[in-house]
Amino acid sequence: MTEGVQFRLASDRSVLVYFGRKVTLHTHGRLRKLVYLLEMEPIAGVENLHPAYCSLLVVFDPLKLSQRELGAILRDYLRRLDTVRLPDPRELQIPTCYGGEFGPDLTEVARLHGMTPAQVVELHTSVTYVVYFLGFVPGFAYLGVLPEALATPRLDNPRRSTPPGSVGIVGSQTGVYPFATPGGWRVIGRTPLAMFRPDRNNMSFLTIGDRVSFIPISPERFRELTRS
Amino acid sequence: MSLIQVQAAGLLTTVQDLGRPGFGSLGVSSSGAADPISLRLGNRLVGNVESAAGLEMTLFGGTFLFPQGAIVALTGSDFGATLEDATVDLGTSFEVHPGQTLRLGPTRSGARCYLCVQGGIAVPPFLGSASTHILSGLGGFEGRPLRAGDVLSIGPVTRAFRKRTIAPHLSKCLFPRSALRVTPGPQLDWFSPSARRSFFSSTYRIGEQSDRMGLRLEGAAISQRVPRTMITEGVSLGAVQVPQGGLPIILFVEQQTTGGYPKIANVISADLHRLGQIRPRDEIRFERVSWKAAQSLFMEQEKILAFGESILE
Repeated sequence: MTEGVQFRLASDRSVLVYFGRKVTLHTHGRLRKLVYLLEMEPIAGVENLHPAYCSLLVVFDPLKLSQRELGAILRDYLRRLDTVRLPDPRELQIPTCYGGEFGPDLTEVARLHGMTPAQVVELHTSVTYVVYFLGFVPGFAYLGVLPEALATPRLDNPRRSTPPGSVGIVGSQTGVYPFATPGGWRVIGRTPLAMFRPDRNNMSFLTIGDRVSFIPISPERFRELTRS
Repeated sequence: MSLIQVQAAGLLTTVQDLGRPGFGSLGVSSSGAADPISLRLGNRLVGNVESAAGLEMTLFGGTFLFPQGAIVALTGSDFGATLEDATVDLGTSFEVHPGQTLRLGPTRSGARCYLCVQGGIAVPPFLGSASTHILSGLGGFEGRPLRAGDVLSIGPVTRAFRKRTIAPHLSKCLFPRSALRVTPGPQLDWFSPSARRSFFSSTYRIGEQSDRMGLRLEGAAISQRVPRTMITEGVSLGAVQVPQGGLPIILFVEQQTTGGYPKIANVISADLHRLGQIRPRDEIRFERVSWKAAQSLFMEQEKILAFGESILE
């Protein structure tokens, strides 16, 4: 079952495995199965895995493994995908305070779409999202799919710093900034949850494959949760 | 336990080892020393394993007091180091006696100088590594660059001092004054032949905004053949990505793990450490090499480091 899967060298120590050129749950499921297999049965010489929407970057140590050997092993793993049973996805909620100081771009997003801020919040909370992958910085989950009516372009001038917990949207994606990082996503709210904590057993609050929904909370509740 | 008192931290000094591979699926990039070969050699000079943690200084070094003394080596670029006013050589191990102060200043060559001590810099590991990841505030010493007043611990010292020196021929073969060698990026075909020619024939200047996340290049902008939207995908160390504006960015050790810009090229493994010694305003060019050449250049380099007489006693 390696049909439709394409390999491409990204560097002399990494190969991209493409499962398709479209973001679909089916493609993503196959990708997750390969990541799961590679985590359960690690290949000696593979240093890192960078999954994304429909591709996986496999970084290897050329002193331990040649690109040809890696390709052969990966093809072997791909043939076994149908036998892999993924663990049931977790269902998680992200309490989010929308608008105001917590979501400085909410009114602009509403204006762009000819909606009220309340309608934007209603739409954003109406969907159960899938964690496609973690990327960009530690614990940053790419969640999809955002309702089409909310699809919004990137900020023209990215912020130099976005507060941790900021809930942003861009294109058909939504996500939560774990750290104060520069960012071009439109920030519509903020969660008091720590998305990445090195002293926690599950360092990253979200993991690939999780099902996630956003729950609106008041600024008072936000402050309460921040204190606890 | 022996200590290092940081009297002046320098411009940007962090604790680094060889990084923390294996957590890319959490969005955690490997990080680690920007010029890992210099760190490895520094560790060997003082009798450490190559992967021990040292201090990475950037452009302007710090001032360090060693109340209990230490066995030290400086590698990478020449930051004009003095020990109690006497010049100390780069690439040679030396003893710092209790109470002595090591001072470093502005660089006289490349971007980074490494300070290695026997026993290594002792910090609590995060995901198996001592490396500081500045952006996320994780790892290293309190997850941040050093400040004056910080006190670092040195790991256990087990061996007597021996003077060791990096073989002089080594720096020539590790830091050739040639173009940065690259292999094709996964989206090379998104760029027209003229855009590619422009990329491979242009001289680029390293922008002031460059850091451990990425080197920003200034010079000829290159445009895509047809502007297309990319689906975000995993990005590798040394990837040369081209954002809408057309000015390339080379992804570096604290890189994002995924990205949505097309990549025209990727710096070869044998040249990755050289990225750590390029300074803002330096000029660089790119030279395309074959996959086969990239592979053998890396193998040869590792052979020189492992078996060659790279360290003299």
